[in-house]
Amino acid sequence: MVDSVNWDWTTGEKLVSDINEWKASYNWVEEPYASPDGEKVAAIVNTDEAEFNVCENGKAWEIEAPFEKAWCLRFSPDGRLTVIASMDSAWTVVADGEPWEESYDFVWDMRFSEDGKTIAAAAQQEGEYMMVKDGVPWENSFGFITCMALSPGGENTAATVQTVPLGQAEVFKFQKGCYTAAVNGDAWDKNFVNVWNMSFSPDGSKLAAEVRLNLYDYTIVVDGQPWEQTFGCVWEPIFHPEKGTVVSPVRTAEGWTIAEDGNIIWDSRFAQVWHQKISPDGNKLAAIVATEFGRWTVAVDGKAWGVTFGDMVTDAVFSPDSSRVACIGTENQIYKIVVDGKVWNSEFDMIWKPVFSPDSKDVIVKIEKDGKRTFALNNKIWNRMCDEVWDPVFSPDGSKILCRTVEDGKYYRRIVPVSEF
Amino acid sequence: MVLPVIKVEDKIIDDGLDKGMEKLTQDRIENVIDQVMSGETGARLKAYVETCVHCGLCSDACHAYLSRDRDPKFSPAGKVKRTMSVILKKGGKVTPAFIRDASEIASTECNACKRCAMYCPFGIDPAYIMLVVRRICHLCGVTPLYIQDTAHSHAVTQNQMWVKEDEWIDTLQWQEEDAREEMPNLRIPLDKEGADFMYSVIGPEPKFLAGLIYQAAYIFNVAGLNWTMPSFPGWDNSDMAMYTGDNEIMGRNKRFHFEAAQRLKVKRIVMGECGHAFRSVYDMGNRWLSWAMPPVPMVHAIEFYYELLTTGKIKVKEKYKKSVTLHDPCNVVRGRGLHEKARYVINELCEDFREMHPNREHNYCCNAGGGVINCGPPFKNKRVANNRVKAKQCADTGAEILITPCHNCHSGMEDIVLGYKLDMHVKFISDIMYEVMEKPEIG
Ligand code: SF4
Ligand code: SF4
Ligand code: SF4
Repeated sequence: MVDSVNWDWTTGEKLVSDINEWKASYNWVEEPYASPDGEKVAAIVNTDEAEFNVCENGKAWEIEAPFEKAWCLRFSPDGRLTVIASMDSAWTVVADGEPWEESYDFVWDMRFSEDGKTIAAAAQQEGEYMMVKDGVPWENSFGFITCMALSPGGENTAATVQTVPLGQAEVFKFQKGCYTAAVNGDAWDKNFVNVWNMSFSPDGSKLAAEVRLNLYDYTIVVDGQPWEQTFGCVWEPIFHPEKGTVVSPVRTAEGWTIAEDGNIIWDSRFAQVWHQKISPDGNKLAAIVATEFGRWTVAVDGKAWGVTFGDMVTDAVFSPDSSRVACIGTENQIYKIVVDGKVWNSEFDMIWKPVFSPDSKDVIVKIEKDGKRTFALNNKIWNRMCDEVWDPVFSPDGSKILCRTVEDGKYYRRIVPVSEF
Repeated sequence: MVLPVIKVEDKIIDDGLDKGMEKLTQDRIENVIDQVMSGETGARLKAYVETCVHCGLCSDACHAYLSRDRDPKFSPAGKVKRTMSVILKKGGKVTPAFIRDASEIASTECNACKRCAMYCPFGIDPAYIMLVVRRICHLCGVTPLYIQDTAHSHAVTQNQMWVKEDEWIDTLQWQEEDAREEMPNLRIPLDKEGADFMYSVIGPEPKFLAGLIYQAAYIFNVAGLNWTMPSFPGWDNSDMAMYTGDNEIMGRNKRFHFEAAQRLKVKRIVMGECGHAFRSVYDMGNRWLSWAMPPVPMVHAIEFYYELLTTGKIKVKEKYKKSVTLHDPCNVVRGRGLHEKARYVINELCEDFREMHPNREHNYCCNAGGGVINCGPPFKNKRVANNRVKAKQCADTGAEILITPCHNCHSGMEDIVLGYKLDMHVKFISDIMYEVMEKPEIG
């Protein structure tokens, strides 16, 4: 995780850059991104016909030649400004203006380790596929790659890879299993019909994935070894941070539930279960569930909240002290916040993932209402309506909030005391 | 006009069916049928089959029956009689050869278009019964080869055409670059979180019809819309797994699709001109996952064009001159009631619109839908022969252009136009909108 202790938590308001002014210098300015600490704002800009650069706080990167194309501009969690760009018809990742040494026929799916120190991406070179971590490609390449993953600490990369070539409509060959997972380019020695949604253990040493063993039987595989039990369907596995077990939603004849290392651990059955989360202390398991067809909520340890929503429930998150859960519930396209089964009365047109304060007492979210974006803290809406805002960040002591906003085209960094909301 | 006669092979060879049958055992058939009857359907299915009094009122609804000289075996009740009735009568004790034939009937002689269901006095839906037959055949491993391959593609890539992730993004960037010749600051914004809508298409667009993405991007840019497309799997709204009976892969695909929209924090998904995909996102796929309605609202292209024209975001410079007719796609007309909006849009864009008869929700299916065209070349002659009535319907309009706001209809109608030597061209609405809209000056 990124340590925000050294960020400026005292300056109340800083006009970092007037993005309107950038527009005079470029043909167009694409959507801006703010750095995690709020000190920088950046966008891809078009400088001439088929010529692109990155503009950061009003200043373009000093690069040897303009990019022919650029996309996927993102700040890493540690604040490095990163983009996928092409130069001389070859693609690479460029971080703070410095390209990786190697370039490829295509690069996509850029991802960061939790501390931001490691950058990984998928790459294609002459029709062969691999992952690249901090500029170093896998030694082995494959004919196909999907479902890429990077371990939280950045140690290892993994993806679903194709190990047996398939001709047109070779359905019976396909059904024998032509896919597996590869970790750092080393494929597991067992093939499957399908491999999806992989997940690393917290220390990056183990890998779990969903698989289909034939057209009908689904299970979870850990480091190449399938669970003994099979199911009618499974969803994304996660590792228990304390026990090291693997926990996954599974579909049984009676409905969806949760299994741990193949054994069912919830008594309850639901019309759907997914996006399971383990509390930071490792003692609780929450998931998004449908209690019956078309009614959605959160269940903690198999017990569903009383309140349900008709459209969907998304973005469930545990508080740091593991005692609370917040999520977004939608009914008739009206978005609401739910914390511990209680619904805030404010209604929004869109809501982003809830953020808990370090002491778990406060909840803040980025919201959209009537075309404007702002924040709502504990059901109170901030009085400043903005063109854009980024996810709010609590100060380490929880007393202040970093608010990154665009107002009338100007990008501001504000530190707002919780009491001011 | 005298329509040529299309000859159909007596016995059609298909590896998916024939080899699937060879591997099939009696035990497996009985287990599968028991699983489906006791765990998945049962009551509704039995009620349908047992209630049917074989009155034949639905027969005239089916283009296959009408096109094949009213041969009762092609009537809706006839197709049920040759498949599900036997399964029920024999308590599931049917042979692998029977399953092979049932699969061919359910997958290539019925489009699950639901036209017949409108005419049944008892509310029986033969399309539902045919889809259950396909589900049984899927679980038996006996599905026509090409559509099975397409279902595999969905499973691996979450798109219909084995389009790899880099190929998808590269295609969008290439269309964007091409379109900049016409509109220098045009964008196809990838992964733009918080855009108003996500635009989703079907696999064949990046594979064979990338120009459609160009046209859509051009229209959205001229209208000044805040939109995005995902760079990651979930961009394809189509679904052949729905039609092979692989419900699990259908659900998985729809999860990818809707979660792409959730991740991008868009308020709705606008989809291109496709019928079956609409059924999958609006009815079957979402419901398998327990979303009673699409969790993120889905807007079909017809509704979206209607919105663009009525709000004046797109203006017509000069209406399209050639005479046009419209094929109403079953899934957005019977499935969603978009026929009047389609007519509004076409009348706004075209000078000379001619109805085919019958029309709107009573329109005959194109006979490509329901996965039939996806069963591929072995069944092409049968598919074209089984829709002679559609050829006649089109020819009678005398129109030069046949508009089909659905991909499968589009390809199917092209085969019909060619097969019956009709003097017409098939187009999407967006082809015409792009041609006649007011375009900004370059400069
Ligand atoms: S093709 Fe359409 S009308 Fe014919 S039986 Fe199937 S659903 Fe009914
Ligand atoms: S109209 Fe209904 S009852 Fe009559 S034959 Fe058709 S399905 Fe059976
Ligand atoms: S392809 Fe088109 S007409 Fe044909 S079944 Fe689909 S929606 Fe119906």
